[in-house]
Amino acid sequence: MRAVVTVIGKDRTGIIYNVSKILAENSVNIEDISQTVMHDFFTMIMLVDMTKMSVDFNVLKTALEEVGETIGMSIRIQHEDLFNAMHTI
Amino acid sequence: MAMFKDVLETVRMIEKERLDIRTITMGISLLDCIDSSGAKSRQKIYEKITRLAENLVKEGERIENELGIPIVNKRISVTPISLIAGSSDDLNYVEYAKILDAAAATVGINFIGGFSALVPKGFTKGDRILIDSIPEALATTNCVCSSVNLGSSKAGINMDAVKRLGEVIKETAYLTRDADSIGCAKFVAFANAVEDNPFMAGAFHGVGEAESVLNVGVSGPGVVKRALEKAQDASFGEMAEIIKKTAFKITRAGHLVGTTVAERLNVPFGILDLSLAPTPEVGDSVARILEEMGLEHCGTHGTTAALAMLNDAVKKGGIMASTSVGGFSGAFIPVSEDEGMIEAVECGALTFDKLEAMTSVCSVGIDMVAIPGDTPASTISGILADEAAIGVINNKTTGVRIIPVYGKDVGDTAEFGGLLGRAPIMPVNKNDCSVFVNRGGQIPAPIHSFKN
Repeated sequence: MRAVVTVIGKDRTGIIYNVSKILAENSVNIEDISQTVMHDFFTMIMLVDMTKMSVDFNVLKTALEEVGETIGMSIRIQHEDLFNAMHTI
Repeated sequence: MAMFKDVLETVRMIEKERLDIRTITMGISLLDCIDSSGAKSRQKIYEKITRLAENLVKEGERIENELGIPIVNKRISVTPISLIAGSSDDLNYVEYAKILDAAAATVGINFIGGFSALVPKGFTKGDRILIDSIPEALATTNCVCSSVNLGSSKAGINMDAVKRLGEVIKETAYLTRDADSIGCAKFVAFANAVEDNPFMAGAFHGVGEAESVLNVGVSGPGVVKRALEKAQDASFGEMAEIIKKTAFKITRAGHLVGTTVAERLNVPFGILDLSLAPTPEVGDSVARILEEMGLEHCGTHGTTAALAMLNDAVKKGGIMASTSVGGFSGAFIPVSEDEGMIEAVECGALTFDKLEAMTSVCSVGIDMVAIPGDTPASTISGILADEAAIGVINNKTTGVRIIPVYGKDVGDTAEFGGLLGRAPIMPVNKNDCSVFVNRGGQIPAPIHSFKN
């Protein structure tokens, strides 16, 4: 099962470090990363593979949301299917 | 992986534009709960609903989390109770409503629909008892919704039902007078009712449906409005194209949620109803979409055309996105539930008659409209007859959910709270129509019904 992690907020140091740390701790593999910074506004999208994930999805989701609050970013994780359904025929 | 901008678009739709799955509604057939003993029948009903829907809320919430898209309501629709209760000797069906209410509370849903009767061509014994039980049933339960289908393009309009339902609505308003007659907000009188509608208050599980199915209602007026905002100079053709594309994306999200929930609950996926259903929140209004097209206020001249185009484009986008599109699939115009509609009524731009005209081109009817509490039952019956006529002649569903707010008059506002919102009392035509309503009998089926 793959999911999309979206990180949005004001740019600062350590964003990728903080997010990827949580993912690594829970055995979630990052397959792809795209990011952009526009006018100090940071947007990152990660495609992650959760096949070997060591915790429940909700636990990971909460952990990401918590780290998001700590570093002042909005972090979401959503099943990849939603994006494929909405944007591909 | 979807492209960068596609991911961001979806996230924005959910976070900023209130894209949500409005409801997942589990349809449950109660035909095997029929029993000559009312008590036994009700026991079977309770057991069946609580067994089949045991995990509805849990699975709904799980998928909400995984996909990151809100599922606002989890609901149940059942076979019209008049068909189930008719074989019992009971002379009042309020106990059936109470057992539905109890089952709804047990499984943790917020509405259960199906305290209903289908009488387009006449009444059975069960239909009559059910209709007589509606006021008390709605006054003594929390989650139960009721509907009556009183006409169809195939059968015409049952004017005896029209007359009786005017009285039923007044009785319901009186019995729930302590809460601005809120009981009436849980009742819809339909013409051409659909059997797979997931939206309340009019949802019921038709007799042609499977044992149990999962239907989904998707919404997203805010998403459509935002898409139009970005195209200020668009022509009508371009606007229609934008709405279609947006409807397509929303429908695909709904289809995914529906099929996933259905699979996990091990029931067939039924239909997806893509209806732009507003809520009282700012940014979730159908009226504002119409205004975005260039109308100063919803209700001014041009509104009917704007709504017609919106409704049609939504349907086209939805049909392309899913083979299981059903229900109403269009735009809803409930006054109390739409912040833009409320404002339009308050500033005098939107009148009752204009609303009626709008219902001839959109998917429902006179919906969540509050009228003076002293409106005679015959006037309400006249309103029901007019709406039914629009539906029957135009081969479409129309419904009336109207609230004669006890003790209130034009200038007052009814407060329903939550998703039901608030409604300024709208004036109705004060000329008498009781002689017309009292004639009784059947308005014959229209000529175009004879297609065999």
